[in-house]
Amino acid sequence: MSEPVFAGRTSRFAQWRKFKDKAAVAGITAGGSGVLMAILLIFFYLLYEIMPLFQSAHMEQAHQYGRVGSEAPTLYLAVEEQAEVGFRLAADGSYSFFRVADGSPVKEGRLALPADTEVTSFTIDSETSRIFAVGLSDGRMVIARHHYKISYPNDERLITPVIQYPYGREPIRLTEDALHKIALRDSDEAMVAIGYTAAGRIEARRWVKEEDFLSEEVTLAEETLNLPDIDIKPHTLLLGPTQDWLYVLSAKGQYRLIDIDEKEVTDAGVMFDNAQLTDARFLLGGVSLLISNSAGETAQWFNVNADGAIHLKKIRSFRSDDSGIATVGPEQRRKGFVTVNSEGQLDLYYSTSQRHLASEQLPSPVTQVAMAPRAETLLMETQGGDFLVWKIENEHPEVSWSVLWEKVWYESYPEPDYTWQSSASNNDFEPKYSFSPLAFGTLKAAFYAMVIAAPLAICGAIYTAYFMAPAMRRKVKPLIELMEALPTVILGFLAGLWLAPFIEKHLPAVFSIFIFLPVGVLLFAWFWNFIPMRYRKHVPDGWHPLIIAPVIIAIFALCVSMSAPVERLMFDGDMRAWMTAELGISFDQRNALVVGIAMGFAVIPTIFSIAEDAIFSVPKHLSYGSLALGATPWQTLVGVVMPTASPGIFSALMIGMGRAVGETMIVLMATGNTPVMDMNIFEGMRTLAANIAVEIGETEVDSSHYRVLFLAAFVLFMFTFVVNTVAEVVRQRLRNRYGNL
Amino acid sequence: MPMEKQKRDSFTEWCRSGEPFIWVNAAAVSLSAIAVVGLLILLAVRGFGHFWPADVMQATYTAPGESARVLIGERVQKESVPIEQLRSAGFDLDTDKGFLDRELIKLGNRDVTGADFSWILSDFLSDINYPEDIMVLERREWGNFYGYLRGVKEDGRTVTGAEQNPDVLREEFASRLDRALELHEKIEKIEKKDIGAINYRMEKLRLRERGLELDEGLSAEERSAKQTDIDAERAALDAEYRVYQDELAGLYQAINRDSIVAEEMSGRQVELRLAKIVRAFEPNAMDVLDKIWFYLAKFVEFLTDEPREANTEGGIFPAIFGTVIMVIIMSIIVTPFGVVAAVYLREYARQGLMNRIIRIAVNNLAGVPSIVYGVFGLGFFIYFLGSEIDQVFFPEALPAPTFGTPGLLWASLTLALLTLPVVIVATEEGLSRIPKALREGSLALGATKAETLWRVVLPMTSPAMMTGLILAVARAAGEVAPLMLVGVVKLAPTLPVNGNFPYFHLDQKFMHLGFHIYDVGFQSPNVEAARPLVYATALLLVVIIALLNLSAVALRNHLREKYKSLEL
Repeated sequence: MSEPVFAGRTSRFAQWRKFKDKAAVAGITAGGSGVLMAILLIFFYLLYEIMPLFQSAHMEQAHQYGRVGSEAPTLYLAVEEQAEVGFRLAADGSYSFFRVADGSPVKEGRLALPADTEVTSFTIDSETSRIFAVGLSDGRMVIARHHYKISYPNDERLITPVIQYPYGREPIRLTEDALHKIALRDSDEAMVAIGYTAAGRIEARRWVKEEDFLSEEVTLAEETLNLPDIDIKPHTLLLGPTQDWLYVLSAKGQYRLIDIDEKEVTDAGVMFDNAQLTDARFLLGGVSLLISNSAGETAQWFNVNADGAIHLKKIRSFRSDDSGIATVGPEQRRKGFVTVNSEGQLDLYYSTSQRHLASEQLPSPVTQVAMAPRAETLLMETQGGDFLVWKIENEHPEVSWSVLWEKVWYESYPEPDYTWQSSASNNDFEPKYSFSPLAFGTLKAAFYAMVIAAPLAICGAIYTAYFMAPAMRRKVKPLIELMEALPTVILGFLAGLWLAPFIEKHLPAVFSIFIFLPVGVLLFAWFWNFIPMRYRKHVPDGWHPLIIAPVIIAIFALCVSMSAPVERLMFDGDMRAWMTAELGISFDQRNALVVGIAMGFAVIPTIFSIAEDAIFSVPKHLSYGSLALGATPWQTLVGVVMPTASPGIFSALMIGMGRAVGETMIVLMATGNTPVMDMNIFEGMRTLAANIAVEIGETEVDSSHYRVLFLAAFVLFMFTFVVNTVAEVVRQRLRNRYGNL
Repeated sequence: MPMEKQKRDSFTEWCRSGEPFIWVNAAAVSLSAIAVVGLLILLAVRGFGHFWPADVMQATYTAPGESARVLIGERVQKESVPIEQLRSAGFDLDTDKGFLDRELIKLGNRDVTGADFSWILSDFLSDINYPEDIMVLERREWGNFYGYLRGVKEDGRTVTGAEQNPDVLREEFASRLDRALELHEKIEKIEKKDIGAINYRMEKLRLRERGLELDEGLSAEERSAKQTDIDAERAALDAEYRVYQDELAGLYQAINRDSIVAEEMSGRQVELRLAKIVRAFEPNAMDVLDKIWFYLAKFVEFLTDEPREANTEGGIFPAIFGTVIMVIIMSIIVTPFGVVAAVYLREYARQGLMNRIIRIAVNNLAGVPSIVYGVFGLGFFIYFLGSEIDQVFFPEALPAPTFGTPGLLWASLTLALLTLPVVIVATEEGLSRIPKALREGSLALGATKAETLWRVVLPMTSPAMMTGLILAVARAAGEVAPLMLVGVVKLAPTLPVNGNFPYFHLDQKFMHLGFHIYDVGFQSPNVEAARPLVYATALLLVVIIALLNLSAVALRNHLREKYKSLEL
C-alpha cells in the first residue's frame, strides 16, 4: 500500500502523524517477530538445559606437595566429605590427617597395634562406612574407622578428624597365622572377615550381632565359616556387601567365585590372558568389580544369573591406550571411576554410559588414588611420595547415546535391556535412563490412537465435505469443534474410570463391535438399496448419517447386551482370564486399547477439520467438470477430488499424529504408566509426555534426572516441530496449487 | 441361472456406484457424533445425579456361609455377573442360575465399618424396606453416617431420650444442630480470616526484620528505630492474636457441648458430636418437592463451598475461582501479543520468506505438546526468571522462594504462550475478512496506515479478536498437563485474591478445575466415594467450555453475516 501523501506544508501535526505511523510499523514488526522469538526461545532454552548432559568432564591440577606422614609405604588414602581433610594410613601403622589444600598436618598418630606385630594386609569395608581393618602378622586384625566431626564455632565450619575403634581397641583374632590378604564386610546384622594366611589357606569368620531388647547392647556371636580351599594364590580378596560372595583374584587373572552361604566355589575362570592384575575394586554398590590389568584394560565384571547358574561375567571394558593401568579410583556416589596408567595418564570414565569423559597427563605416575565423596576432588600419591590434588568438574556423566537408545547391561540384570527406572530408595542405585521404552510407548499409544482416529476422521471428513447436506453440515461442524475443545483431562478421566472397567467387563462386546459394526453398516446399506424408490425419495440427499445412527446404536446395544451370555458360553464366564490362560495374552485394565479409543477421540476432530477443509476447498469447477463428463459422484470423488486434496489429508494426519504423540493427560490417566516394551494392545505403556508429568515434580533442579526430563521434552518438541513444519509446508504448497487452479 | 446372474450384477453395480462407501463414510460421521453426544449424556447423567438424595434401604443380608446381618445404606449400582466369576472370587454358591445380580451399597459409617462401600449379592437380601426415620448425617470427617436418632445429649447428660416422641427428638436435634452450625461458621471465620490475616502480617513483619538485617547501608539509629517499630507492631499483633485465641476457646467449648446418640445398622449406639455434623436429613421421609429443594441446596454448596475430606466432599469453589483468575490474567497477557502478531502477519509483513517462516512458527507453537510448555515454564519462568526476581526483590525471604516456585503468574504466562497461536489465527481470519475497499477508502481520505488500522480495521476485527480470546480461554480452562508443573496444587490454603494486603497474590499457588478432576479421580484415597463429585466437576468444566465455544461460534457467524453485506 502506498504512503499517504501529505500535501504542501508539513505541519507539526502531520509530523506527529508520521511519527505514529513509523512507531506502529516498528512496534507491530517487533510483535510479529516476537512469535518467532518465542518458538526460538523455547528451542534454545531446552537446548541450554540439556547441553550439560553431553559435555565432557574437566580435570585440572589444584595442588602439589611433598610427603605427608611416615616414610613407610601408603596402605590407604581417603578424603572426607567436604574435601578439606585427607587421611593417609601407612604400612607401619601410623596415620595422618592433613589439609588437602597444602598437606599441613591436622592430626597424626598410630593405630593401636599390639607389640611384636606387623601390619601384613589392609582392607576397607566401604568408603561410606569408612571402616577399615589391618591384618597382623599374628593372625589378628585391628578394626578401625576414620571419622570426621563437624562443629561450627564462631559460625565457621571446623572439621575434627578422629580414629574410632567400633569393636574395641583389642585386636580380633581371625586365625593363628600371618594374614597376607584380608577382606571385611560389616552390616547391621553381622560382620564377616576373610583372610588368606601365610600357610595358603582361606580363613573366614562371621560375628553375628545380637542386640539386647532392653539394654540395646550388642553382643557378637562368633562362628567359623569353613570355606573351600582354593588352588590359586590370591592377589586380591573382595567380599561383596551382602556378605554372600567372595571373589578371589590371582595376579594372572584367574578368579574363583565363592558362595559363602553354600561354602562352595560357584564359578572359576580366567579374566584375561598375557597380563598381570594390577588393581581390583568394587564399583559403588559392591555389585560390579573393576578389574584393571597391565595391558591397559579396565573391565567391569559382575555376577550374572544365566540358566539358573551364577557366573562372573565381563560386561564392558574401558581402555585409552596400551600402557598398563596402575590404579583405579571409584566414585562414592555414582558408578564412575578414574584410572591412572603406568605412564601417569589420568582417565575418567562412567560405567553405565560407557563414557570416556576426560583424559589428562599427570606430572608423574602414581601409586594411590582417592576420590572424594562428592567426586570433585582427587587425591593421589606419586611414586616419589609426593601428593597431587586434582579438581574434577563432572556433573552429568550418566547420559550417552547408548544409554538413551541402545540396550544396556545394567547391574544384576541377566542380559542387556532397555529400561527406564530413574530413581530408587537406595543410594547406590544405578539410574536407568533408556528413552527406548518411553519412545516405544509414545509411538504405541499414537499408533493405536491413529488406527482408531484416522479412518473415522477421514471418512467423516469426506462425507461432510462432499456429500453432506448443507443444513446438516452447519450442525455437524460445531459439534466436531466442541469435540476438539473437550479438555483431555475429562477424556482421560472417563477413559480411566469409566471406559477401562467397562471394556474389562464387556470384552466380547468390544471384539464383536469391531467386527459387526462395519458389517452391519454395509448390510443396512445393501437393504436400503431394496427399499422402493417411492419411500426412499422422501429422504433428502446428504442425510445418510441420521439414517444410519439408529443402526449404529442398535448394533452397540446388541453387542453389549450379548456380551455376558457370549462370555459364559464361550469363555467360561471370564474372557479376561480365558485370554490369559488360553492365549497367553496378559491383560491390564488400563491398556493401549483404552488409550487408543480415548486419544483417538481427542485426535479425530483435529484430523477431521483439516482434512474436511482440504476436501471442501478443492475448486468446484474440477468436480463439476468430472460430473459433466458422466462420472458418478463417487468416481468424481475418488478420481478428481481426493488426488487434489491428498496433500491436505496427509498434512491432517501428520498434525493429528503430532497431537497424539504429545498428549499427556489421557495417557497419564488411562494407562498404568509402566515403561514396558510390548506391542500387546491389552497392556499399558508409559509415554515421554506422561513420564515428564509423573517425574519432574520429584527431581532435584539441575540434576542429571532433571536434565534428562528436559531432553525428553526436547525430543517431543523436535518431533512435533518436524511433523508440523512438514505439514505446514505441504499445506502452503496446496494452497498455492488451488490458487493456480 | 439368470436370476442369480442378475443378482450378482446388481451387487457389483451397487459396489461400483460407490453407494456402500458413501454409507461407510456417513457411518463415520454418525459414529463421531454419537460419541460426542454420548459422552455429554454420560457426564450429565452422572454429574447431575450426584446431588439427588437417594432413598436409604434397610435390609437383612445373609451371604452364603455367613450369619445374617442388617444393612442400612444407599443402593448405588447394580450389575449382573456370571456365576463362574463369583465362584472364582470365593463364593460358595449352590444355584443353577447363569447370572447373579450384584449391588454396590454405600454403607457410610467409615469410622465403624472401615469402608464406605460394599458389594453384595442381591439374591441374599431379604426384608428390604425404607423406614422413614432413617437419618443421614453428613459429617466433617469419616463420610456419611446412616442410622437412627436415639437421643440428644448436652454435656454428656441426656436431654431428650428415645422414649420421647420422635418429633420432639427431631425438633430438639434440629435446633441444636442449627446452633452448632452457626458456631462453626464463627470458628471458621476466626480461624481462616482473622487469625490467617494475623499470621500473614506476622510473616510480613518477619520478612521486614530479615530485610533490616540484610540492609547494610542503615545507620545504627535508623536500624534500632525500625526494629522498635517492628517489635511494637508484633506486640500489638500478639495481643490481637491472644484475644482471638480466647474467643476461639470459648466457641470450641460451646460447640462441643451437644452430642447425639445414634443407632447404626448393627444395633450399636454411638455418640456423635454435633460439631462434626454438616447436615442431617431423612431421605425416605422427603417428598419430591423436599428433594428438589435439597438438590438445589447441595448444588449451591457444590459451587460455593470449600472442599472437605481430602476434596471428596463439599464444594469446589476454590477450584472455580483459581481457574477464573488464572484465565483472566492469561487473557490480559495473550490478547495484545496475539493481536499485534496477527496484524503484523496480515497487514505489515511482506509476503515473502520471513512471513512464511513466522507462519510456520505460529503453527509450531500450536503443535508443540502442552507438557513441553509446562517444562519450559518450569525451567525458564520459575527456576530462571523467578529465582532472579527473588534475588533482586525478595532477598529477605530467601532461601524460601517467592517467585522462584510454581505460582499463579507463571501458570498464566505459560498458558498465554500456549494459547497465543489460537488468538493469532482467529484475529488473522478476522483481518482477512475485512474488505479491501474499506482500507483503501480510509487511505484515500489521507489517513496514515496506523490510523487506518486503529480507527477502521481493528474496531471491525474486534469480534474476531473476541472469538480468538474465547477459544483461548476455553483451551486454557481445560489444559492441565502444563499447570501441574507450574502452579496448580490439590489444596490451596487461601485464595489468590484475599483480604490481606496487597490483596492480589501472583506468587500464590492455586486450585484448578481440571487438575481437581485428575487429583480427586486418580490420587484420592477413596476413589469410590469421590467419583460422583468428579463427574459433577467434569460436567461443570464441560459446560463452561461448551458455552465458551458456542459463544465463539456465534460471534464468528455474526461476524460473517456482518461483512457479507460489505462485500457486495
